[in-house]
Amino acid sequence: MKTKQITKIILGAVVVLTLVSCGGNTDKNETKTDQAALTGDIKIDGSSTVYPITEAVAEEFRAEQPGVNVTVGVSGTGGGFKKFSRGETEISDASRPIKDKEKAACEENGISYVELEVAYDGLAVLVNPANTWVDYLTVEELKKIWEPAAQGVVMKWNQIRKEWPNEEIHLFGPGVASGTYDYFTEVINGEEGASRGDYTASEDDNVLVQGVSTDKLGLAFFGLAYYEENKDKLKLVPVNGGNGAVLPTQETVANGTYTPLSRPIFIYVSNKAAQKEEVVSFVNFYLEIVPSISKEVGYVPIPNDILAKQVEKFNTFVAQK
Amino acid sequence: MRTRTQEKIIETLLKLAASITILTTIGIIGVLLYETIAFFKEVSIVDFLTDTEWTPLFAQKHFGILPLVSGTVLTTLIAIAVALPIGLTIAVYLNMYAPKAFRKTFKPMLEVLAAVPTVVYGFFALTVVTPFLQSIYPDLSGFNSLSAGIVMGIMIIPFVSSLSEDALYAIPKTLKEASFGMGATRFQTSFKVMVPAASSGIIVSVILAISRAIGETMIVAIAAGQQPRLTFDPTVPIETITAYIVQVSMGDVPHGSLEYRTIFAAGITLFIFTFLLNTVSFWIKKKYQEKYD
Repeated sequence: MKTKQITKIILGAVVVLTLVSCGGNTDKNETKTDQAALTGDIKIDGSSTVYPITEAVAEEFRAEQPGVNVTVGVSGTGGGFKKFSRGETEISDASRPIKDKEKAACEENGISYVELEVAYDGLAVLVNPANTWVDYLTVEELKKIWEPAAQGVVMKWNQIRKEWPNEEIHLFGPGVASGTYDYFTEVINGEEGASRGDYTASEDDNVLVQGVSTDKLGLAFFGLAYYEENKDKLKLVPVNGGNGAVLPTQETVANGTYTPLSRPIFIYVSNKAAQKEEVVSFVNFYLEIVPSISKEVGYVPIPNDILAKQVEKFNTFVAQK
Repeated sequence: MRTRTQEKIIETLLKLAASITILTTIGIIGVLLYETIAFFKEVSIVDFLTDTEWTPLFAQKHFGILPLVSGTVLTTLIAIAVALPIGLTIAVYLNMYAPKAFRKTFKPMLEVLAAVPTVVYGFFALTVVTPFLQSIYPDLSGFNSLSAGIVMGIMIIPFVSSLSEDALYAIPKTLKEASFGMGATRFQTSFKVMVPAASSGIIVSVILAISRAIGETMIVAIAAGQQPRLTFDPTVPIETITAYIVQVSMGDVPHGSLEYRTIFAAGITLFIFTFLLNTVSFWIKKKYQEKYD
């Protein structure tokens, strides 16, 4: 509901602004009917991490432009780029920057593209507010806690650091079907999908919040957005990725100092697609509403100044043709 | 002639209606068996019964049902520890002490407890009972078997009290009168004569309550946690068989995979438990029935 309202307000504002800049000054209702209805197909494919955002944007866009058929696939970042480089898709979702090999494939087929940052995927490590001993955790310590070999072995806090209490550690984390789980296991345990299994696993982040917020001995990880909503019940743990302990905040996630548990996520738009009116309209729409959408689906929204740069970048790209 | 065909049609319809329940049961057992056999082709039954870890969804797969069984048994024991004394006291009070009019209104009211949706009990355990217990014992985890067990006990009080009261009510009046005639007090009559005389009925009520508690799903899924753990510590998160089945059924586990089949193996374990309990209660009922008639 909230997003829809925000979307409507933003859209209204966009429409009005466009009109004002064109010298028109009619009221909103009229402008909507005046706006040319677009038609065509937009094919999007790629990362499952970006999928929730793109799909949510596409849903909103369909409501505004029912004549445009937007399809969003989930082939993974690599699979998405493969199709993108063959010119099969207009837009590619990616949870990492394009690789050199993929760049070469695009060049070979005469496809140039623009890379747009749309949001951040940030993971938070949390403990109960009554936990007085954890000041920070290193990546090695996180691995020690969560790696498959820890199953049934690392059961107490003092096994992680000697000075910590000789009490049980109660772990809470996302279930195996979650993208957050894949991401965490990949960067912490070194292999996607590899972790211990003796913890409270739930796809429902509210269960995890409930669990760690009511358990003095609890430790959890989940999307940073869920922490933001439950700040008063949880204690955030700074993570030391080798360059000192960093607390995840909007800034440290956005500027990349909170590593390795944060990463920007991207969409890539091809030059051929940028010639199509419906794609340009879709991408502009995307960049307009992505901050509110990303928050809703559990990601860290992109700061306004960086977002403005993406809009500028895209406009220059479209102007080049 | 006409009435005879009518009669036949009605008879067949009734037979059909009755057979639907039996066919459903057979169907369920069939599906459970089919998937469980497929499961045990890949996992050894010895591992299933002796391994102390249950992590079928993770990288290191373990298929030991014991942690789930211990979770189920633990919550059930707590529930019975709550329901048996309270339920039995209520039954004795209603039968021996309470005025008739009170009994008439109180008993249906008590049975309302059984009509509260279990999801409501689950949230009651999580958001009321657990914080209350934590104010007494701060080290209690947010998800724990104690709170879930206590609330489950409250839920099954009507099973125990109602059925036990029925059993007490069925005892011939002569027995009670004889006891009073010997100069026994009400209390002596209640616990030395009536309760022992109704013991078979009381045991049956407890067994039915246990079988209800073992199969209970929502309360434990909400309040007891989702972490299979072989323990009898009531203060930590655990997972019961039913909660595991819920967890997997709602997740993204592909049909036909080994992970998917684990829920049938867990399901049949649960089924065996409740089936045995129901059989025992049926047997007790049959054996001790009419003893005093």
